[in-house]
Amino acid sequence: MLTAAIVAILVTMILALIRAFLGPTEYDRMLAANSFGTKTVLLIALGGHALSWHSYLDVALLYAMVNFVGTIAVMRFFENREQDGTLETEKKA
Amino acid sequence: MSLLIEMLSAAFLLTGGFLCITGGVGMLRMPDFFSRVHAAGVTETLAAPLLLFGLLLQMEWSLEMVKVIMILIFILATNPTATQAMAKAALNGNQKPLVADETDTRGEGSSNS
Repeated sequence: MLTAAIVAILVTMILALIRAFLGPTEYDRMLAANSFGTKTVLLIALGGHALSWHSYLDVALLYAMVNFVGTIAVMRFFENREQDGTLETEKKA
Repeated sequence: MSLLIEMLSAAFLLTGGFLCITGGVGMLRMPDFFSRVHAAGVTETLAAPLLLFGLLLQMEWSLEMVKVIMILIFILATNPTATQAMAKAALNGNQKPLVADETDTRGEGSSNS
């Protein structure tokens, strides 16, 4: 059953990659990247247990944190950006 | 007892995998960004705990179980937050949700019947 779950996660990762390449806006690409990262955490946790790696759960935990911080950082960047691509803080300066 | 735990774990893993694929298909097929973020966020928040709980049932008692529970709590806390941040950023970035207007007659047959 671990194998079935891993195959399902891999299929979902491919679907997220298709959306990341296809996505009309940058938000779609970021959504696909965030989803891909979460699926990577699950893949490391399940695959590490199935293949009996050492200390794979530390890697998964760290990957979850990096994924979250990266998503929030990029979304803050998009949010503070004007239409012409410059930052609001750059304009004030 | 061991067989029962095995079957419970298999049920959790299969349900989690099914929800994973559902979220992926929804992310690919939905018409606009907000429905896509909804499909991905909602299914991920349920699929990740199901998969990790199925994994938890297969492990022996050790420190590894605590780490799995930590990952579970972390994903449960951060996934809705990231989804909300993405939807908020898209709304502030002049992305409009796709809504059916009054003159659109395509969806009338199914909604009014």
